[in-house]
Amino acid sequence: MKENSNNPRRKFLNTGLKAGLLTAIGAAATKAAIDMDKAYSAEEETVELMTPEGKLIEVPISQVQEMPELKDENYKVREGFPNRKFVMVVDLARCKNAKKCITACNKTHFITGENAWLKVYKMQESKHTAPYWQPTMCMHCDKPPCVKVCPVDATFKRQDGLVLIDNERCIGCRFCMAACPYSTRVFNWEEPKQGEMTEIHLQMEDMGHMGHEMHSPDYAGFPSVKGTVDKCDFCPHMIDQEELPHCVTACPNGVFFFGDAYEDTVTNGDETFRLSKLLEEKSGYRLMENLGTEPNVYYLPPSNRLVDFEEGLENYTEFESVEKPDTSENSEEL
Amino acid sequence: MKDYNTLIKELAPRKFTALGKLWTGFLIAVLVAALVCYYFQLRDGLIITEMRDYALWGVYISNFVFFVAISLVGSLMTAILRLSGANWSTPLTRISEIIAVAAIIMAGLTIIIDMGRPERILYLFTHGRLQSPIIWDVVVISTYLVISLLLLYYPLLPDFAILKKYFKGKNKLSKWYGKLALNWSGTDSQRQIYNKSIRILSIMIIPVAFGIHTVTAWLFATTYRPGWDSTNFGPYFIAGAFVAGAGAVITIMFILRKSHKLQDYITDGHFDKMGKLLVLLCLLYLYFNVNEYLVPAYKMTVEEGVHLNELFLGQYAALFYLVIVGGLIVPIIVLIFPKGRKPVPVFIMGVIVVLGAWWKRYLIVTPTLLHPFLPIQGVPESWHHYYPSTMEWIITFGTLAGALLIITILVRYVPIIPIHETAEERGITESETTKKP
Repeated sequence: MKENSNNPRRKFLNTGLKAGLLTAIGAAATKAAIDMDKAYSAEEETVELMTPEGKLIEVPISQVQEMPELKDENYKVREGFPNRKFVMVVDLARCKNAKKCITACNKTHFITGENAWLKVYKMQESKHTAPYWQPTMCMHCDKPPCVKVCPVDATFKRQDGLVLIDNERCIGCRFCMAACPYSTRVFNWEEPKQGEMTEIHLQMEDMGHMGHEMHSPDYAGFPSVKGTVDKCDFCPHMIDQEELPHCVTACPNGVFFFGDAYEDTVTNGDETFRLSKLLEEKSGYRLMENLGTEPNVYYLPPSNRLVDFEEGLENYTEFESVEKPDTSENSEEL
Repeated sequence: MKDYNTLIKELAPRKFTALGKLWTGFLIAVLVAALVCYYFQLRDGLIITEMRDYALWGVYISNFVFFVAISLVGSLMTAILRLSGANWSTPLTRISEIIAVAAIIMAGLTIIIDMGRPERILYLFTHGRLQSPIIWDVVVISTYLVISLLLLYYPLLPDFAILKKYFKGKNKLSKWYGKLALNWSGTDSQRQIYNKSIRILSIMIIPVAFGIHTVTAWLFATTYRPGWDSTNFGPYFIAGAFVAGAGAVITIMFILRKSHKLQDYITDGHFDKMGKLLVLLCLLYLYFNVNEYLVPAYKMTVEEGVHLNELFLGQYAALFYLVIVGGLIVPIIVLIFPKGRKPVPVFIMGVIVVLGAWWKRYLIVTPTLLHPFLPIQGVPESWHHYYPSTMEWIITFGTLAGALLIITILVRYVPIIPIHETAEERGITESETTKKP
């Protein structure tokens, strides 16, 4: 998937992502933009934008309104970003187990245990079908079994689709882990050794955070709390900064697409698709649909693959998903 | 016929013998060792166990289920048998209630031991959410504890009054019994309230008892996991609980009969009847086991198949057959014959049944967790298996010792056989010998 850097679409995407994560202009704004087409005067400076239909149009700068802030003063961590519904699409045809997603996730969430939140499974449905690599993270289900069983409301579902954990509330009963069919939840069996990692200290000082008191469900693993459950949080701290989750940006093959179901748009940073169209054209599906959990992570089947399955084998470590923090490869990464 | 005074003398609590002291000392030693290990668990976290992200529940939870199961015997012996008019069980009601109270207390403590953040226990009340089966368990277990305590205490009121008199020479003891007797004097109005309360409690405890174990079964059955995802789980657990409870009563009544020379009260006939009861319960439980294993085994869907293969032929097979054959089928065969229902064989079967029941819970909890839907990958090899660590075992034994210690202490201060009820049933009244105008 090589993109020419002079490609105007690329330029749009860069600006687009800076202006707001997937703030592909909403219906009202598009209408305004299209109306402007008529009154377009050649003197005015213009900007290229994409309509929800995927058409590129030029719009005078004066007519472009900034999207409202993701987060206003009414933001509540248990309610989430208003008018959003975050989704992820994982294209299995592109995954060759490069594991950059795992490395990035482990590093940015300061994961020190043995079980990563994002793992790439080596899968094969049956003897005669082709093996493939399947990145698996929290599915952020719309009917989350983990939330249903939590006795103290420590893990909760937000309006923007995210399932998060309040580690100051969690009593460590691990019922959510038993309930999750995707085995995505991990437990802090001992005091996380994050204290020794200088990054977390520096970052916490930067943000005026010290110790566990400042823990927020918006930033899982920052810091992790002994005796409580952790899992993939869909990176609300990145969304807040109008960036994509770490796994999405780290992936060299563009496997992960992140976006907003209400805007019907997903992007991997290089390419942007209509979610509905992508799922329809590529026969998207969700894991264990039969259980009725209604995940917000979709998969595109590993057909017409762009990469060889075998290429991933050299990276495959059956018994490890968290590299130890100070390996040289790790520190180069981010 | 014995007179009233002999009856009291034979049934009043006695001081520990040397063996009793040794036994109590042993239990306290185990308990202290467990407390030390628990201190390490509090300090270092659950890392001291062998539980990990896949085997996320282990011996603590199976031990919890065992305690809840045992505690059901209180409702079986005191309520179900009493209400169905099986009066032969009267001498066993106190023992059953004592076991029930000890087990349910330890069940509550065991679940706290399993928590990653036990200091947040109060969140269950301040932030509890009703849709979680854990909250149902909290509600129903605390209700059961209260009813069980009352059902132990109310029938004791006349006994305490009797003991107050009996221990007149010992001021302190007599004073305590007097306080506990709540001014029981045996008037008609007192008797009326007494009989009515016990009857109400006996009826109330049955649905609550079914509740505690059904909800405990639902902790598993409400998940999607193969081996747990079963509508059979509630009744299956209840049937198993009665088996375990009956086994526990047999074991303890045999020991107390020996240690307290109660042959006149706990007769061979009682062992015969308990033996028959145990056969019935074992058959019932066997039936549920057949349902639980054979129906999915007939279909052998992929997920259930992996789980069942592990039980039938894999690493858990030896334990599985030991529990099913040793803990259920052998007792059924032995106890079917009248010779098998003599006190000693019944006792041996009771012990086997209790041990089998304990391991059965282990087999319910552990193997399922090691067969998740997605393959176990990206974790250390040791996480693919589970076997409890030494400290985990010591803490578990500590909870068992704790239950036995509660039983031992209660037996030391409370009449094992209800004096008042026995006297009434045998038609021995105080008036003949001791009553003064």
